Amino acid sequence: MAIALILVLIAVGSVLFHVLSPWWWTPIASNWGYIDNTIIITFWITGVVFVAVVLFMAYCLFRFRHQEGRRAAYEPENKRLEWWLTIITGVGVAAMLAPGLFVWKQFVTVPEGASVIEIVGQQWQWSYRLPGKDGRLGTSDIRNVSSDNPLGLNPSDPHGQDDVVVEGGELHLPVGKPVKVLLRSLDVVHDFYVPEFRAKMDMVPGAVTYFWFTPTRTGTFEALCAELCGVGHPQMRGSVVVENESDYQAWLEQQPTFVRSSAGLGPKVESPRLTD
Amino acid sequence: MSATVLFLAVIAIVVAWWLSQQRLTAKPWLEEGPVAHLPGQAEPALPAAKVGLVVFLAVVGILFALFTSAYLMRMHMGDWRPLPDPRVLWLNTGVLVVSSYALHRARAAAAGGDIGAVKTGLLAGGASALLFLAGQLWAWQQLAAGGYFLASNPANAFFYLITGVHGLHLAGGLVALGRTTAKAWRGGRAEEVLLSVELCATYWHFLLGVWLVLFALLLAT
Amino acid sequence: MVDGTLGAVGAVPPAEVEDMELYHPKSWVTRYVFCQDAKVISIQYSLTALSIGLVALVLSWLMRLQLGFPSVFSFIDANAYYQFITMHGMIMVIYLLTAILLGGFGNYLIPLMVGARDMVFPYVNMLSYWVYLLAVLVLVASFFVPGGATGAGWTLYPPQAILSGTPGRDWGIILMLASLIIFIVGFTMGGLNYVVTVLQARTRGMTLMRMPLTVWGIFTASVMALLAFPALFVGAVMMLFDRVLGTSFFMPALVEMGQQLQYGGGSPILFQHLFWFFGHPEVYIVALPAFGIVSDLISTHARRNIFGYRMMVWAIVAIGALSFVVWAHHMYVSGMNPYFGFFFATTTLIIAIPTAIKVYNWVLTLWLGDIHLTVPMLFALGFIVTFISGGLTGLFLGNAVVDVPLSDTMFVVAHFHMVMGVAPILVIFGAIYHWYPKVTGRMLNEALGQLHFWITFLGAYAIFFPMHYLGLVGVPRRYHELGEAAFNTPSVGTLNAFITIVALIVGAAQLVFLFNLAWSLVRGKEAGGNPWKATTLEWQTPETPPAHGNWGKELPVVYRWAYDYSVPGAEEDFVPQNQPVVARAGAREGAPA
Repeated sequence: MAIALILVLIAVGSVLFHVLSPWWWTPIASNWGYIDNTIIITFWITGVVFVAVVLFMAYCLFRFRHQEGRRAAYEPENKRLEWWLTIITGVGVAAMLAPGLFVWKQFVTVPEGASVIEIVGQQWQWSYRLPGKDGRLGTSDIRNVSSDNPLGLNPSDPHGQDDVVVEGGELHLPVGKPVKVLLRSLDVVHDFYVPEFRAKMDMVPGAVTYFWFTPTRTGTFEALCAELCGVGHPQMRGSVVVENESDYQAWLEQQPTFVRSSAGLGPKVESPRLTD
Repeated sequence: MSATVLFLAVIAIVVAWWLSQQRLTAKPWLEEGPVAHLPGQAEPALPAAKVGLVVFLAVVGILFALFTSAYLMRMHMGDWRPLPDPRVLWLNTGVLVVSSYALHRARAAAAGGDIGAVKTGLLAGGASALLFLAGQLWAWQQLAAGGYFLASNPANAFFYLITGVHGLHLAGGLVALGRTTAKAWRGGRAEEVLLSVELCATYWHFLLGVWLVLFALLLAT
Repeated sequence: MVDGTLGAVGAVPPAEVEDMELYHPKSWVTRYVFCQDAKVISIQYSLTALSIGLVALVLSWLMRLQLGFPSVFSFIDANAYYQFITMHGMIMVIYLLTAILLGGFGNYLIPLMVGARDMVFPYVNMLSYWVYLLAVLVLVASFFVPGGATGAGWTLYPPQAILSGTPGRDWGIILMLASLIIFIVGFTMGGLNYVVTVLQARTRGMTLMRMPLTVWGIFTASVMALLAFPALFVGAVMMLFDRVLGTSFFMPALVEMGQQLQYGGGSPILFQHLFWFFGHPEVYIVALPAFGIVSDLISTHARRNIFGYRMMVWAIVAIGALSFVVWAHHMYVSGMNPYFGFFFATTTLIIAIPTAIKVYNWVLTLWLGDIHLTVPMLFALGFIVTFISGGLTGLFLGNAVVDVPLSDTMFVVAHFHMVMGVAPILVIFGAIYHWYPKVTGRMLNEALGQLHFWITFLGAYAIFFPMHYLGLVGVPRRYHELGEAAFNTPSVGTLNAFITIVALIVGAAQLVFLFNLAWSLVRGKEAGGNPWKATTLEWQTPETPPAHGNWGKELPVVYRWAYDYSVPGAEEDFVPQNQPVVARAGAREGAPA
């Protein structure tokens, strides 16, 4: 009989743990409250199923425990019951899948007018690139990477001249503006992960990936790497400062642009060997 | 992964067809007795070795389907430089067709009880398969001489890898073929080697088919 | 539909299945070492798998010590930690779970349960074990080579796996890939046997729909494994080429620590596709045999036919087929084309339906049963609880958008440990308690078994249930130490320490099990041929343990399905599959006359 009692305790205890424990997600700081809502829906549906099935098991174990003279019923199947259970399960699954796909559609569709920034991972630090006055990022190629061009910007691309490159420092973002984050990696797979933003995506060397979000609250948030990238993986930290527009512009003003930071070292735009 | 999924779909259709013969909707608790007359029970017994070979060929098939999938995904990356297909591959293909045909004749001879023709067929099949392998090595040599090394481009790497894996499978088949030939030579009667010859022939036809698909893939890209 | 009076046929003609010629061992070596008897091969597989599993257990202790008490144990540096998690994962998934469920239980149970004398290709079957052993030895050797074992994580993602920022880059990764390739070759030899034996060597009367679900589970899993492992094989061979020969299958142009490398153009995501094309079916390769076994345990010990047998069979087949079109749900945040997410989230959640049906039917088998709370039954019940828990959290991670915040956190670790670590291992324990009497002729000790069950079950739940919440907080997986972080609150530290302590206890409890295995071999109660009063054929052998060839002179003939428990009117509460006719009261009224 112990097992029936313990199953009840497991069901009740799990629910109590869920409700009472101090461990819960960090307060959200982006527009992805939809994701949190989908998780809540999933918690409700799966929680009900878990408790119902475990309690039913516990009841069976108590009610139909072996006793002298008891004989089990002989009932190979019950089609009606099985079909009903299948249908109910299907409905439950659909109730989780539908909002999931709905939100996924939003997740993969970047809104018009989102500003574009770039985050670059390498073992084991983050770098950032923001468009300058022209609002566009220049092209880049990993073959251009050198000590004075750490992100491999294309020196002949006019759009890249005013790009702001932040190596290993803080990323600043204006609050309330959607931002499309382009992701690149110089060496291995990394993943720029700010728990408060909920959204994340791997950055894969040899490709450019993306995700988008809108920061909704000002503050400083810690960024981590969420994809194993070698022994320094846990040390790969960064921080994102979300601030209001004027503070952001003030910060942006102070950052050196690509052309200024590589002046005198990198080749000039007019350099003949690069114009082809 | 589309090539792989396609191949899997074919396997799924075969499995579904087979399962549909197995009365999966029967209610077994209502059927008491030895059920010797039920469909699926008194089917003509295929030798286990044949069924085993078919299952094994499905595994080999998916292996090559996966290589093909990888090939098709990789070739769309920017650095892919197609390599010239060595002319000798055409000759090799012909040799492999001959090899397969020789084993086909050997099987027919074994079924007909003509052990002399079985021996001839096996020898011809084995010799031409060896010739095919030598020809493949010759193709490698030509490519290397032309500067197309394994690591210099993914197209080269895939060429060496895929032809190598196919060659290894054929070499493995040669071991079985060698044993069968030895059995025939030691005075085995035609009926005694029939099963082994059939298995070898099936395997050869399959590897020929795989080679034709791979060859077409290499030529087309 | 077949007439119910079929059973009245009195005389049964001799079996039509051709009797096979067995290899008769002539010496001690061919009887116990290079043996072609599937039962001996099964024991060899199981003991090897359990031994390497103990290594994985110790590794899990070491990594838990580091997580629970960071920087207390100075010998667990970052390099060592990543080597531990990598080897722990790889050993558990492939060298323990796959090997013991298919190579161990498959070899023992398939021939006995379908009424065959042995596997159809005994020699290849023997080779399969020795190739497996070689794979294990190569794997173990990687601990001792310069640079140590690989620390790339069990997923072995390139480029990281073969670059110098990852431990074991010199030799560890090469041996790991070589070991996997060898394992797959060995498995293919075994897998052909399991599949063809079920197809070809079933005894007379053993239709597919009379097979016990154990056989269905192992059979389907073997078919899947034969089709899925080649993907890992292809990935491993290509990565080996990249590492050793300098090709660029998976390696893009990259700058490592300021140095431009020679690689160029390759696609890391291509490897991920190949890996998960194997990796997801692999989950079900482990789960389906466990599903099958647990169905038989529950039915036998609840003295009741498995509820909804046909649905159970269809669900196994459906899961097996569907599991080949869900692989990319491991890759929602990998940077692949995001529109794939719609397809894979849908297929993934659909697979939950046949899986849920299986859970319902296990639980409904208990309803109106006559439940004997034996040790195997306890483990089966423990399986249901942990499997429900792990299966339901799968609905979080399979739903693309929910996966985004949770991927690569401890939530994922908790989920897959619950669903493909704890749950199948509880089944393996239950199965060992259940079939040990057949294998050895003696019962395992009941009291020790109870102790083992309660510590393992409650402990495992206490480890992995709270771990989900670490993931919700945002604790990433594969962190050697959390360091200063917003989510690293004192309460998170406390929970990690708690989990570590429970893990140490649960690990230690396995010594009770090992002791029981050894002690009962000598001192265990004599079991007799059929101690659980089970219906399936393996319990009806003329000798216990079964002799080479299993069945004496005549193969058994099967007259009924595998679940005739508590048949109304029958004298005993079970009717063996090979018992010809039984009197029943009105039990056949469903049959047309």
